[in-house]
Amino acid sequence: MKLFPVRGGIHPDYRKGETSEKPIVSLPMPATLYVPLQQHIGVSAEPLVAAGDRVLKGQRIAGNQGSLSIPQHAPTSGTIRSVGEITAPHPSGLPQSTIILEPDGKDEWAELPPPIDDPLSADPNLIRKRVAESGIVGMGGAAFPSAVKLNLGLQYKLRILLVNGAECEPYLTCDDRVMRERADEIVDGARIMAHALGVPRIIVAIEENKPQAIEIMTKAANGLLEVVPVPVQYPMGSERHLAQAITGRETPARGLTADIGVVVHNVSTACAVHQAVRHGRPLIARVLTVSGRAVREPKNIETLIGTEVTELIEFCGGLKEPPICLVNGGPMMGQPLPGLKVPVVKGMSGILALAASEVNQGPERPCIRCGSCVTICPLGLVPVELAAFIRKEQLDHAAALGLRDCVSCGSCSWVCPSRIPLVHYFNYAKGALNAKDRDRNKVERVKTMAEAHALRVAKAALAKQQRTPKATAARAE
Amino acid sequence: MTILPVAGKSGPFTHAPNSVQQTMNTVLLALLPALVFNAYLFGWPGIFLFSVTVFACVLIEAGCLFLAGQPVGATLSDFSAVLTGTLLAMSLPPWAPWWIGGLGAVFAIALAKHAYGGLGQNVFNPAMVARVALLISFPVAMTAWVVPHPLFSASAPTFHESIAITFGGGLPDTVSAASALGYVKTELSRGIPVSESMKRVPDLMDMAMGYRAGSLGETSMIFILIGGLFLIFRGIISWHIPVGLMGSLFLMATLFHTINPDRFTSGVFHLMSGASFLGAFFIATDYVTSPVSNLGKLIFGIGCGVLTWVIRTFAGYPEGMAFSVLLMNAMTLIIDQYTRPRVFGRTRSGQPLSHKEKSP
Repeated sequence: MKLFPVRGGIHPDYRKGETSEKPIVSLPMPATLYVPLQQHIGVSAEPLVAAGDRVLKGQRIAGNQGSLSIPQHAPTSGTIRSVGEITAPHPSGLPQSTIILEPDGKDEWAELPPPIDDPLSADPNLIRKRVAESGIVGMGGAAFPSAVKLNLGLQYKLRILLVNGAECEPYLTCDDRVMRERADEIVDGARIMAHALGVPRIIVAIEENKPQAIEIMTKAANGLLEVVPVPVQYPMGSERHLAQAITGRETPARGLTADIGVVVHNVSTACAVHQAVRHGRPLIARVLTVSGRAVREPKNIETLIGTEVTELIEFCGGLKEPPICLVNGGPMMGQPLPGLKVPVVKGMSGILALAASEVNQGPERPCIRCGSCVTICPLGLVPVELAAFIRKEQLDHAAALGLRDCVSCGSCSWVCPSRIPLVHYFNYAKGALNAKDRDRNKVERVKTMAEAHALRVAKAALAKQQRTPKATAARAE
Repeated sequence: MTILPVAGKSGPFTHAPNSVQQTMNTVLLALLPALVFNAYLFGWPGIFLFSVTVFACVLIEAGCLFLAGQPVGATLSDFSAVLTGTLLAMSLPPWAPWWIGGLGAVFAIALAKHAYGGLGQNVFNPAMVARVALLISFPVAMTAWVVPHPLFSASAPTFHESIAITFGGGLPDTVSAASALGYVKTELSRGIPVSESMKRVPDLMDMAMGYRAGSLGETSMIFILIGGLFLIFRGIISWHIPVGLMGSLFLMATLFHTINPDRFTSGVFHLMSGASFLGAFFIATDYVTSPVSNLGKLIFGIGCGVLTWVIRTFAGYPEGMAFSVLLMNAMTLIIDQYTRPRVFGRTRSGQPLSHKEKSP
């Protein structure tokens, strides 16, 4: 298949060899599970259980609020200890509402919804409903509710379901392992999703550095899906760039890949859809990579949602040296973790405990205008110029040059010889601009409401005035 | 076990194995073959001048950093002052007196670099500012070229004579020679056509190797070319500025030479003489003072090439590289504004793409 060139990109040290040949292993049942109500983009779930309740594996313990939200399910059977607040797996380290479950060790399944018969010819609505009820989110890291993305076929004319097996982040090998070990589930899940979306063509894109996954997936696809090796070039796994490599078309700025007829889903998401549709099982576990030089024995682990990260580290033999940072996700776009006492969530693709020797830190130096960031920016932005504006708080200038188009892939920070934290500037500026927008919307809303109120008051006064003479006349009679 | 997360650090949590220091060192390494060869060609006076210039640049950088309250040791270790000093020395007449190098260092480091705020902040190439300031202020000392007197050859000055040349009374009158560009220009002003004067300049092979009168580091085209290709291979510079500069210089010269060979020298002659190669690979490619995008670099290079030809051919000075680089430095930020890459998913004018337009 002919591929199309993608602008810019970098070639970081991948270090996938640490875990790529290690089969997925299951973590033993943890003593306590912490299931956060907010594990996804959108509205938080609403708890359906209270302290002391006994729950069964797969039972709904929190309901979704609206469509841009997902329900949460009990990862195993046990007793609810409390619905309280614990530290979230988020750089802020702020507390977050969480259902705390004490497993009883029986791992007893609740009554699950029945498998959907012949899902490839079933009503697409049925599949979307099942995916929504199963609490499935995008498992590549974005954690966007998958059912919402499966609805795109209703509004857009779609041509391709692109199954993302690029896994371009260094260290991470969980998708690689899932593709090698669960290829049939991915193929089935992808076909079900394609049916729900109403697209005729399914393409699985895998970076060339995973030859075994390509081979196994090609065999499993059996001609029903196209398995396409894509060049090893970070950030190939970015959905816009992957869609461009495959179709040659650019997703319009501020738009969706659906605008060019493409919907992108992660390989692990396809697995979760298979489980939900064929077996009625909700998303209660995931595979993730635990790696980094500070980890004694890096592994690919399948673990229940809600497991404390510290248990994963213990399972990997603990830490052999104090890490310089803990990362949720890959080293390029991952977020720093506030500590190890945080739970595994649905969008967590990796836990990295990085040693100083591999982070390659250094002091920030003045910009020498080398232009590397301009050459490698996959979005065609001019990071050096954006950063200069942001440093002077001229955020509107930065926005005019495309700041909001930045996908925060981190390539510019990676390549900068002066080690200027460029992407940090952009994240700050995007946040500040969003806050400004929110404030402006709020002011406008208050203004509209005040005007409406004044209008109502005036109308009421007028009505009263008109009524008054009549009433007076009536009383006089 | 205690965890020591880096407070407030955001991603990425990995970095390319590069640094400012490494970039500067690679450029210095690329200059090394030419430096060694020219040290051989011009002997002890050249080595003395080079040492004085580089030492003065480092000293003045340290002084400026101290006055500005910036960390002296950490900043000196990026070797940018050494690189500026090296490039400045390479653009000086090899047997110039020591104070030319010292004064040049003041112009380059104190005025052209630190007055603007230090590394990365200067608008003009420091080495070229110094060279031009010296050329205008001391035209005699700055045009006292010598033909090569290779070390260990019979004509080479002894160590003691060399000390006298650099630190004492200066150049013996007898050895001074004109550069090829200067010679052709002078002859032309006396009414002697290019076709005649060209017979008395060194042949092309000697020019390529560096057996000609010229600046301390610019004469050895072959070694400069090797260093430049090394920089392109290592990804330190891109091809855009060298190709733009030499391509446009060659094309302009060839075009006019074809029209009137008596008035205009040939394209090959222009490439081989003066600072064409040094300028194209090492001077015009200075990161700080050249555009950041590849298209911008190409335009910048073409601008330098055309201006060099214009200045060499029509202006009062026989050499134009330093002037043209400085003129284009002034244009850099404007070029940057007009050569931003097209943003992904947007048209050139910045509007989001309409997907209907792009439908196959």
